[in-house]
Amino acid sequence: MFEELIISGYGGQGIMFCGTLLAHLAMEEGLNVTFFPSYGAEMRGGTANCRIVIAREEIGSPMVKNPSSLIVFNKPSLIKFSGQLKEKGLLIINSSLVEEEIVKEGIEVIRVPVTQIAQKLGNDKVANMIALGVYIKQKKIVSLESAIKGLESILLLKNKEEKKNLIEINREALKSGFKYNK
Amino acid sequence: MEKKILIRGNEAIGEGAIQSGCRAYFGYPITPQNELTAYMAKRMFEVKGVFIQAESEIAAINMVFGASLTGVRTMTSSSSPGISLKQEGISYMAACQLPGVIVNIQRGGPGLGNIAGSQGDYFQATRGGGHGDYRTIVLAPYSAQEMFDLTCLSFQLADKYRNPVMLLSDGIVGQMIEPMRQNWDTNDKNIEWKVRGEDWILNGCKGREPRMVRSLLMEEGELEKLNWELNRKYKKMEEQEVRVDLWNIEDAEIIIVAYGIAARIGKTVIQRARRQGLKVGMIRPITLWPFPIQVIKDIAQKVKSFLVIEMSLGQMVEDVRLAIEGKRRVHFCGRPGGSVLEVDEILDKLREISNLK
Repeated sequence: MFEELIISGYGGQGIMFCGTLLAHLAMEEGLNVTFFPSYGAEMRGGTANCRIVIAREEIGSPMVKNPSSLIVFNKPSLIKFSGQLKEKGLLIINSSLVEEEIVKEGIEVIRVPVTQIAQKLGNDKVANMIALGVYIKQKKIVSLESAIKGLESILLLKNKEEKKNLIEINREALKSGFKYNK
Repeated sequence: MEKKILIRGNEAIGEGAIQSGCRAYFGYPITPQNELTAYMAKRMFEVKGVFIQAESEIAAINMVFGASLTGVRTMTSSSSPGISLKQEGISYMAACQLPGVIVNIQRGGPGLGNIAGSQGDYFQATRGGGHGDYRTIVLAPYSAQEMFDLTCLSFQLADKYRNPVMLLSDGIVGQMIEPMRQNWDTNDKNIEWKVRGEDWILNGCKGREPRMVRSLLMEEGELEKLNWELNRKYKKMEEQEVRVDLWNIEDAEIIIVAYGIAARIGKTVIQRARRQGLKVGMIRPITLWPFPIQVIKDIAQKVKSFLVIEMSLGQMVEDVRLAIEGKRRVHFCGRPGGSVLEVDEILDKLREISNLK
């Protein structure tokens, strides 16, 4: 296994959290993993993307030029990265914000309205977890149970007790992504 | 299975310092090392140490100078332009034989450059960017694990030789998040302050002769005596402190020499090159000074040629050439500040080299 992933969107869409959670899940599975972030000075808006490498073998460079998977949360990300995707690569698109049909041959495209699904769950900020659910099911990196366990442990670590209510909605988002039918 | 945690390179340095008993940190913010300063602000509070956001980089290094005089383990960190400002203080610390750790998370230069990772400060770090005939040990981590481990080693070596030690990393290794072995007790908030140097520190002269620590040595012969003393110390470092990592050397025909992030990129290059049948190995200096001259010399006898890769336009390559003394071809592949070395361009260079007679 040698997976190179780019996750990209606006600042504030939870790109970095999505990436670090995935890195955590991979680590818990005993895999090697690197996470490298890139973002602007803005707290919200601007561009945010991260590069993740997951492998059984030792990982050299954390920089990803031609990803085997790409998750895009907005249109600028699609424009910037879709051309770099490897042949037979996986492309997950937030179809709530990206209307474009992708014409590139030889890749697998999954369009999921993650922002809309998140709004239905009650908070559009969990769109990232829905996309992550779609991704880990597709790539079979971890089981849904392990993913939920990892999510809970990280949220508890980050926010201590006061934000326990966030766990519920994030868990539901991850589940709905996992169960999403194309 | 041993416990691993996911940690950012910059934060691994901070935790390494805390675990080493560093209880006085002075810094001034600059990207891409801010996570380290932020981490120290939080952790120093927890362990009841001293954290000061200084008014400038120059102030911060001089606070390190002052704290070191009192016998505490102390550290400052910055990135390239800020490290330039600290050079005077480092020279003074070397002259006064004061231990201390200086972290440089390199960014693109010259000048204010940009905030992306780079390796343009090799000359400054290994040649002593300040004035005078002095040396600092320079350690070059290339993973989150080594950010932790080599920080711990930096404090040990600084104390052992009473000399400033520089941890030279870059914005990519600093920002990267990776698993790291966690072999300390997270509930231990009372790791001891390490006070050392009872025979030289300034801790109040009640009951003993007053001491003076200074670098202005005007009396005849005084300065030369110090310089010879320092020189003996540096020679001992050269004999005892060289550290190097060898990778896929056994059957290698071409050797890549790289440190820090370039060595990470180099490992990917070697993984791919070997799949294409190229016999490539790596020498990764962990100490940039003292430089692994003898290791390179010995390996040079068994291989065809060398390729030095750096995120600069060629700095460490000069040390490799000095070590090899013209006995093998030393090729170079680098990218300057403002860019990232790419695996494909190094692979192209390797193919070109392997086709040479």
